[in-house]
Parts: sequence; structure tokens; C-alpha cells
Amino acid sequence: MTINFGNPDRPNSYIGRTVPRPNARRLVEGRGRYVDDIVLPRMLHVAFVRSPHGHARILAIDTGAASAVPGVRRVFTGADIAEFCSPWVAVLAHLKGLKSAPQHPLAMERATWTGEAVVAVVADTRAAAEDGAALVEVEYETLPVVTDIRTALDETTPLIHSELGDNLAFRRLHEHGEVDAVFAGAHTVVEASFKTARHTGVCVEPRSILADYNPAEGQMTVYHSTQAPHMMQSVIAQHLDMPEGRVRVICGDVGGSYGIKVHVYPDEMATVAISRAMGRPVKFIADRIESFATDIHARDHEIDARIAVDGDGRILGIDVDDWTGIGPYSVYPRTSAIEGNQVVNLCGGPYDFAAYRARTTVVLQNKAPTCQYRAVGHPIAVAITEGLVDFAAEALGLDPVEMRRRNLIRDDAYPCTSPANMRFEGLSHHASLTKLLELMDYDGLRAEQAALREKGIHRGIGIASFIELTNPSPFMYGIGGARISAQDGCTVRMDPDGSVVAMSGVTEQGQGTEAMLSQIVAEAVGVPVTRVKVVTGDTQTTPYGGGTWASRGAGIGGEAALQAGLALKDSILTVAGSMLQCAPDGLDIVDGQVCDKAGGEARMPLEELGRIVYFRGDTLPKDLPRELVQTRHFITSDYPFAFTNGVQASYLEVDTETGFVKLLKHWCVEDCGRVINPQLVDEQIRGGIVQGLGGALFEECHYDEDGQLLNANMADYLVPMAAEMPDMVIGHVETPTQESLLGAKGAGEAGTAGAPAAVMNAVNDALRPLGGRVTQMPFTPARILASIGVE
Amino acid sequence: MSDIAGFPTKVDISLTVNGERVEARVDVARHLVDFLRLDLGLSGSHAGCEHGVCGACTLQVNGEVVRGCLTLAAQLDGAEVWTVEGLTDTGSLADLQAAFVSRNALQCGFCTPGMLFAAADVLASGKVPSRAEIREHISGNYCRCTGYEAVVDAIETVARSRAGGGEASA
Amino acid sequence: MKAAAAGYVRANDLSHAISLLAASEGQARVLAGGQSLIASLNLRLAGETALIDINGVTELCGIALDGDVLRIGALTRHRELATSDLVARHAPAISQAAPLIAHAAIRNRGTIGGSLAYADPAAELPACMIALDATIVVQGPAGRRGVRATDFFIDLFTTDLGEDEMIVAIEVPACAPGERQVTMELARRSGDYALAGIVLVRRENGARVAFFGVGPTAVLARAAMAVIDREGSPDEAAAVLDQDIQPLDDVHAPASVRLHLARVLLRRALNATLAAEVGHV
Ligand SMILES: Cc1cc2nc3c(=O)[nH]c(=O)nc-3n(C[C@H](O)[C@H](O)[C@H](O)COP(=O)(O)OP(=O)(O)OC[C@H]3O[C@@H](n4cnc5c(N)ncnc54)[C@H](O)[C@@H]3O)c2cc1C
Ligand code: FES
Ligand code: FES
Repeated sequence: MTINFGNPDRPNSYIGRTVPRPNARRLVEGRGRYVDDIVLPRMLHVAFVRSPHGHARILAIDTGAASAVPGVRRVFTGADIAEFCSPWVAVLAHLKGLKSAPQHPLAMERATWTGEAVVAVVADTRAAAEDGAALVEVEYETLPVVTDIRTALDETTPLIHSELGDNLAFRRLHEHGEVDAVFAGAHTVVEASFKTARHTGVCVEPRSILADYNPAEGQMTVYHSTQAPHMMQSVIAQHLDMPEGRVRVICGDVGGSYGIKVHVYPDEMATVAISRAMGRPVKFIADRIESFATDIHARDHEIDARIAVDGDGRILGIDVDDWTGIGPYSVYPRTSAIEGNQVVNLCGGPYDFAAYRARTTVVLQNKAPTCQYRAVGHPIAVAITEGLVDFAAEALGLDPVEMRRRNLIRDDAYPCTSPANMRFEGLSHHASLTKLLELMDYDGLRAEQAALREKGIHRGIGIASFIELTNPSPFMYGIGGARISAQDGCTVRMDPDGSVVAMSGVTEQGQGTEAMLSQIVAEAVGVPVTRVKVVTGDTQTTPYGGGTWASRGAGIGGEAALQAGLALKDSILTVAGSMLQCAPDGLDIVDGQVCDKAGGEARMPLEELGRIVYFRGDTLPKDLPRELVQTRHFITSDYPFAFTNGVQASYLEVDTETGFVKLLKHWCVEDCGRVINPQLVDEQIRGGIVQGLGGALFEECHYDEDGQLLNANMADYLVPMAAEMPDMVIGHVETPTQESLLGAKGAGEAGTAGAPAAVMNAVNDALRPLGGRVTQMPFTPARILASIGVE
Repeated sequence: MSDIAGFPTKVDISLTVNGERVEARVDVARHLVDFLRLDLGLSGSHAGCEHGVCGACTLQVNGEVVRGCLTLAAQLDGAEVWTVEGLTDTGSLADLQAAFVSRNALQCGFCTPGMLFAAADVLASGKVPSRAEIREHISGNYCRCTGYEAVVDAIETVARSRAGGGEASA
Repeated sequence: MKAAAAGYVRANDLSHAISLLAASEGQARVLAGGQSLIASLNLRLAGETALIDINGVTELCGIALDGDVLRIGALTRHRELATSDLVARHAPAISQAAPLIAHAAIRNRGTIGGSLAYADPAAELPACMIALDATIVVQGPAGRRGVRATDFFIDLFTTDLGEDEMIVAIEVPACAPGERQVTMELARRSGDYALAGIVLVRRENGARVAFFGVGPTAVLARAAMAVIDREGSPDEAAAVLDQDIQPLDDVHAPASVRLHLARVLLRRALNATLAAEVGHV
């Protein structure tokens, strides 16, 4: 089966078109169903007593006063919960040497970060649970706190988990080519140090879970704001010692996730365990303060890097030493070593060069655990790479665009393998750059910049090329032993009236999964898109799948839906052939009608076929297959990952008196392969860019040396708001992957991957005449002023 | 909770919510969003922070947009409250809602009810605001998904169509 | 988090409010716009407090010009400050300040009395009061008294208000012909508390400069004022600011940056009053 995607006039041509999202109207009318909207009979609420210390031994817990609060039904300590839920250790076999300590839902002997849950108070209302929590008395003996990354491994630094022997969670050194020799002999070597700040996701809907254990059925139903229902099903089954079939995870509307909601959180596991213990529904909705202290953080990296170039600006080598702190535990089950590992995999990604060395050192510390967050590792690797490329261009007096032209991998060089051993099937760096320059009128902007400089106005233009890892195979997690599906499935069913229901293992987080799936299925089967109902987010009714992460929904879930839809079409046509007494391959389905493939003449509406199959099966030949339900699964196998590429540009103005940055405009040209729904892709890119802009300018978790998070509220942890954000121009180049018929790769993270680097380069472009250079994010007024020696 | 003489911890209120008369005895600590969600089952109003910053709880009390999380139910005796459910039923948000859907000015939708109230507020004057004015007016409403541009586009489109296709002011 | 509140009464009028306050013996607080108080109740940072809701107390409402004094009721909302003609004409610094406060939905509720009583060091209105040399009218069981703004703000979130007193109104000397008033601030995001802000009032009898966001309270920059009054240049005035303000380091900016930004603002504000007909209608 092939589809002529090049022909927009083909029948049922939904793929490639902007089709509105079927679930959007519900959400604008306030009819969403987020976890906190669900109310069950006899439901209880839990609030947690959390460690006020970065590191402390728990000496005693007195729950007496809490238990006496009206409405409080039960209080659980770590030991109480441990009876219902086994601990986990988040390691992956393929990340050699990765180590972590066993982690329980509630802290046992020691609390290891400020905010770690220590005691759970269960009550009729959240307010009563909080009243109780306020009265729990925990006696602590404070222990030395480890916060600094670079000294975490020093002899004199105390150990967070003495049984591990040191504070090193993971280290990987990758070397390719004669790095030392190349650097020794290079025309120019440029060095720089970078810092990316600790971020967190700030989903407007906080983490939410409602666990409902029914002892009469031995059934655990969990309503969860998550990205990976099947993963959660597996984890809950394993750690509560239940069969997977007795654990049902339902994921309705999710109020933002971005990677924050794809992990196993101790307090959420405690909630599930409490429901098991009490045989009643138990709800936990994190409040905003808890969210800051206990949602995963990310991107806390410090990097020393250098680049070697020849006299013509050809990149000869890149050498990166990356350090990151991940908190006291590696996060289950994806682990907290992936981000550092990605930095090693991705630095230098867009460029053709020979010698590469990268080392990541992942240390433990007494801060909130870090883990995968939108564009895992990409913003860091792109900032390092694009920062170095710009600094090298500056050293050689080359325009940043020319520097990239000389070094980006040629568009006809694929397939190829990078010095980091990443395999690229087909990318379009040069075509994307060409399109970007056109969209932004690069030369015009340069002229404007020069003219304004004369007037003392400091504007900057920053370019950042990038690659993005999407459509992961089991090489990401599965081979390491994690029960995380890289495969995804879709079941497509035709109902008697000719309407179609599609059940998919990928989930809707607002990115438009259901719209994307509905248009694929509509095209594959040949029905109007309004006749397709998509069901996601229920482990009991959808095919097994991985959910939403690593930009896999469209590329993997979409292909499964396409194949299932085509299979359904085949089975419909088999029946139709029999009914119409003609060869099935002479028939087609267009707009809900069986018709002649050749002339397009309508032969029979699907509802007639449905009526016969479902209600008058007696009129069909006895042995005629009539399976109007088809399921297909898809997994990538030719490449471990489908890389995409793109390039972004930022145009901004720096007020050199105040250090304030005003973003004027932003561009992104991106190649995610087949674009299924242009509007959805563009809005993913825009939303992603703005998250990246937040990292560049605003976002930073501030800890003091005692491990206290100083800005754990929305007024002090700054995220981008409408007034400061620019309009963004998005363009596309399409290089479909050959691994699937659909040809789609991912698009959800590209914006975030490249935006911080583009802003960094633009700020530095603006500051260049003043001799300023910033490499520590976020680029606050203080850092910008310091770089130009003002203040 | 200690009782302070003369200060009841529960009070009776009588108000209209979405045009319907409601009588209730509320805990004085209960904020308006919890009152709507827990006592009236109006789950369209969302709480994202409960400290006044995210704007997800924005709704209308006595004709003005306010933060639902910074309003106590106890204060609302005699008040007139409108939530997204109510304004959907009356149709007064219909063009904005349609524009949000067609421009995909929402992703997860969690911020959307509050955003719609902020949007309705900036359009209330009847003038066609500039993009900068729209951005400024919705600057108290977090949206972590969209990057805001689509929201600004949707509001601008409605402003123009309400004004009969007029141009934005500079 | 869910608020803890130990009781609630809606005051019928001013004397009711004051008698409730007195009777509570420090266990109750006045609830005005609630835009700071309810947030801290929700965060359980306000302790166990009862609430005296003054939103129905009409004596606290209204803006009026009385001779050369502009009288603003304590319950006046930030939005009214931003849109009032009287304020624009007679206290332009306040009408410039009000739109800088938070966001529309918060300005609809937040009040001038609440802002002054709360005394956030980064808030705009306390600095306006200091720069305008306003009088804060407070009332308790012992009666009414006027407190000069410069004496009212004592420390971080601490004012001269007695436990049993409340703010009833603010009296601002009306802007004289030829007088210039400018409010400016530098905030990372629109509506945020500023990294630094300035209110500059240039009267015939001398300049008054107040800063906010650069110390534990809004402050009158006396050294800089002296330089301005002896017609020193903006640079000279900025140079002495370290005598007036001693910011602290925090997560948003180091002290040195706040001082620097205050200097930038002072220069900008002075240049604005020189360059144009700012702040006078
Ligand atoms: C997201 C957000 C952003 C904000 N940004 C800013 C900003 O940029 N600038 C700014 O200035 N403010 C800002 N605020 C605060 C806002 O301006 C508040 O309205 C103000 O600080 C308090 O006023 P209120 O009327 O709401 O007082 P309330 O919250 O009701 O009370 C605050 C305190 O003052 C006391 N009080 C109130 N009225 C009186 C009275 N008449 N007499 C005696 N005591 C009284 C109360 O007992 C309480 O202790 C922001 C608030 C939020 C939620
Ligand atoms: S919940 Fe009210 S502003 Fe966030
Ligand atoms: S749509 Fe998700 S927060 Fe706005």
C-alpha cells in the first residue's frame, strides 16, 4: 500500500492538512475531565509532611495530634507504606556503571532533599489532611548537605548514600578520532564554559493522581495525569505485587506535562499504596509549592568545552566535559543519567567534523531529583555546540551563517554516522538554513542592526542549528531493562453506521494526538474525519504502547494508526467485493462510500455494509472474513532513533544600561519529516520555543548551600508570560523517514532544543561591540551587566 | 482551628452563579474556586497555584474579572458569579471559543477558562486592541503550552470581527 | 494548599470594623482586596487569623479633591487609581504607578489601603506616598490620626499601624501647576514586582525621590534629592544614591545590580522631567 502524499487532491487527503482538534471544543467550554475533576464515592485525600531539610536522619515521628484532627482517617509513615509497596532502584543496564540507592514512596531512615515526602496524612478533605500534616511532629538530626556539582566527588565531600561508595551516579566518556592531536595542531582553538540552570516544568495543572483499589475485585484503577499509562500500569503492578491485568491506568485530560509527568513519583506511589491499604479511593493533587519542590527538575549542567578549527573555519574537533547534578536518587524508571548521556550523543550533531571527545559526569546531590524534561539534553548540547561555533566564527572573523555553511553536514551526505555514533537517515541542514535566511531576511536584519548600532541601540541576531532525537526504538530504554514500550499499537473498528473508532496507546497531552490520529485513520480508511472517534489513555481498552515522550506520538503511534486503518480498509473492501460481486482491489473507499477505484463511481455507503455485516451476516457467504476491527503495532527497527533537524534565529535588543533583553522576533525552520497537521506542528514548535526562551532568560531553581529551594513559588520562579514573548515565524522542510509509510518524525521538542542557543548567540551578538559575552543561563540583567563591566 | 469569639468559621451565603440562585453554608477559608468545584460541581474553573499568580482561576464576579483563588466564598453573599460553564450556555463567549478552537489557541486546555476571561476582558471596551495591548492584558495568565502567539491571534481575530473587520490600533 | 482561617465577619461600617478589630485583640485582620492576604492564607503563611471583611464599608471608598488635598479612600481599587481623572490630574505619579501593579484581575480587587498596610518593599504605592509626602489617615478605638508616609513604613512588611488600627484614607498634596511627577520601574515581566522602581516628584520647593524594590522599605532618597535641589546633574544625583539605598541580595538580583538599576532609573526619570511635560495635565 502506498499513499501519494505529493498529491493534495488525492481522495481523503487529511494527512498534511490542518484539521481542528476534536477535543478542543470540550476544553474551551470548561468540560475537560482532569484528574481533580473526578469525584468518587468514599474518596479520601492525602497531604504529605515533607522534609524541611536537605539531608536529615529521621529520629522519631509522632502522629498523635494529627490523628486527632477531625476528618483525618489515617496517618502513614515510610515503614507503613513499605508494607504495601516495594522500593525501586533506577538504573539501566546499557548505561554502564549507573548506580542509585533503593527509594521508597516515603523516606525511611533519612530524608535526602527538601520536599521529600516523609509522612502521609489521609483525610476526608485536602484541607483536613493539611491540618493533620501541620501537626505531625518529626524529629530530625540534620546531616551534611551536598549541593555543589563540581565538588560532589571530592574526598572531603560527605556521601549521600554511603553504601554506594561515592556520589558518582554515572560517568561516560566517548572518544572518536585523534582528539588531542587535532587540538594540538589546529589553527585556532576556542574554549568556553557554559552553565544551564536547573529548571522545572511548571505544568499549570499540578501532578494529580486518584487511586481506587477495589478489594472485592482485586482491581486497582488509577486516574492519573500522566504521559505513559502502560508504563505506570507495569510499575504499579510490579511494586504493589499485583498482576498487570488487575491494574488499570486511565489518563483523561492532562493539564500540561512536557516530560514532567512521565516519571514515577514517590508521593504518587504512596497514594496508590494507601488506596490499596485502605480499600478506598485516594486523591493526591500536588499544590504549587509541592510541585516546585518535588516535580522533577532538569538541566542543571556545567560544561567546559572547546572547539578546534582550521584557518578556513572548518571544524576539526570538539571536546566537551559536562557535569550535572541529579539530586539524591536516579528517577525511576527512566533514570537520571539520560540527560547527560544525551549531551554526549548530541554535541556537534549538525556538523561534519572528525575528532570528538565528550564526557558526562552525573553526580548525586541533596536537591530535588532531576530527570527527562522536554527536549532532554538538547538545549544543553545545542547551546554548547552553537556557542562554540559562534565563538570560533568570531575568532576567525567569519559571519555565523558562513561558518555554518562551511560545516553543516551536506544535504546529500546521508545516510551517515556522526562522531558521537548517531546514525542519521536523512537531514536537511542546508535547505533549512536557506529557508530560514529567506524567512528572516537575514541581510536586511544585519543592515538594520548596523544602522541602529550607530544610534547606540544594541540588537543581536543569533542562529542555532540543531538535531533532535525522535521516534526512539528500544535502544533508549528497553535494552536497559526498563518496562517502557517503544512499540505502539492502534485498534481501528468500523461500527454499523460506518463510523470508525480508533484506540491508540499514545496519549493526548494537549499536543493534538487525537486530531492527528483521527486524520490519519480517516485517510487510511476513507471516511470523513468527523466520523472518527479516537480513544486514548486507558490501559484496559487501548493497545499496549509507550505513550507520549521523546516526540514519538505521530511517528510511531501515527504509523500504527495508519497501518491499522489500511488493514480495516482492506477488510471492508473484502466484504464489499463479496457484496458487490467484484474484485476488492478494484474498489476504494472515499468519503465513507465504497466506490470504483477506476472511475470513482459510488457503489455503496459504508453504513449499508455495516448494516449487512452486523445485522444480516446471514446474507454473506459463510466463509467470508468480516473482521471490521483491525489492530496494528509499529516499532522502528532500521535506526535506533529518527533524527530531525532544524535551525532557529532570534532577534533581540539588549538595553545595555539595564541588562534587560527584549525579544523582538523568533524564527524556526524545522524538518520533522511528513507534516500531518501543519497547525498542530507549528503550535508544538511555538510552545516549545517559548519554553526554551524561558530557559534562556528567566527560569532557574535557586538553592542555597543548605539545600533549601529559595524560589519555590510562581512569583519567584519566572516562566515566560505573554507580554515578553515574541511572535514566531515557523517554516518547514520535509524529509520523510523511509522507516514508515507515514514518514513522520517527531516535532514536539525541536522548539525547546534550539531556542536557548539562538538567544545566547543573539545576546552575544548584541554585546560583541561592548566586549561582553554570556554563557550562563538564564541571561539575567545581572549577568548581562556583569559581562559588559557595568554596575 | 481555634474559635475566636464573635468570628464564625462557617457563614451562610446566598448568591447567583451562572444566573442560578445558590444558597450555601461555607467554611470561611474556602476560596471561590473550591466552592465552585467542590460544592457546586462546576469543574470548569481551575486552580493552578492558589496564590494568585497563574491566572487559571480567573472568572467573573459582579461583572469584573477576578482571581477565584483570591476570593473567599464567604465574601460572596449577594454576588453574581459567572464561570466558563455559564458563559458558554449564554453564548457570550462563543466567538472567542470558536476562535480559540480554530486557531488552536489551547493545547492542554488547563489555562483556557481563565484565559478566556482575560480575553473577554480585553475585548470588553469594544476597541480593537493592538497585539502588544493584548499581550499585556493576558500577561497575568500562565500558559505553558502554546507560547501565547496563538492566543493573541485568536483574540485579535475576534476583536476585529466584533469591530467589523477594523484595523488594530498601533 | 488550603487556607486556614479562624473566622470571618463582614463589617457593616467603619465603626463596626474598628470595634471588631479591637475586640479580636490581635487575632483578626482586615480583609480588603485580599490579593495579598488570601494568598498568604492559602499558603498558610498568615497564621491562624480571623478576617474582618471591609469590602462593604462605604466610608472607605471614594476619591475626592478637598482644596489642595486629594483624598483617596482606603478601599480604592488599583483599577480606580489607574482610571480616575482626579488621580490623573492631581496625583499623576499614582496614576502612572497603578497600571504597573500586577494584572487586570488583581487590580480589580487590590486596594490602596491594603497595599500600604501590607508594605511590600517592592510595591509601587508606598513609594508614591513617600515621594508625594502623603499623609496616611488611620483610625482605631482611640480615634483618628494622620501619619506622614515617611514615618509610616518602618521595616519589611512592618508599618506604624497599631494592632487595633486601620487605614481609612490617604491624603495627597495635589499636584501644583508646573509640578512634574514620574513613576518608572524595571520589572522582569509585566506585572511582576520590580527589581527597582522610582517615583520622582519635582515641586517648586524641591524634588522628592522615592525608590521601591531596593531595600526593606520604600525609601526617600535624601542625598540624591539634595543634589537635585542644588541643580546637580542626573549623573551626580545617581552617584550619591549609595548613601540613600542599601539593597539586599536575593534570588532576583544581587544588591549591586539593584543599586545600579536605581541609578539608571534616577537618570531616566530626571531626564524625562527635563525633556517633556511629564506628569502634568
Ligand atoms: C500575582 C500578584 C502580583 C502582584 N504584583 C504586585 C505589584 O507588582 N505591585 C504591588 O504593589 N502589588 C502587587 N500585588 C499585591 C496587590 O497589589 C495587593 O492588592 C496589595 O498588596 C494588597 O492589597 P489588598 O487590598 O489586596 O489587601 P489585602 O490582601 O486584603 O490585605 C493585605 C494586608 O493589609 C491589611 N489591610 C488591608 N486593608 C487594610 C486597611 N484599610 N487598614 C489596615 N490594614 C489593612 C490586611 O489585614 C493584610 O494584612 C500582587 C499580587 C498578586 C497576587
Ligand atoms: S489558582 Fe488563582 S491565580 Fe493560580
Ligand atoms: S494550553 Fe496548556 S497551559 Fe495553556
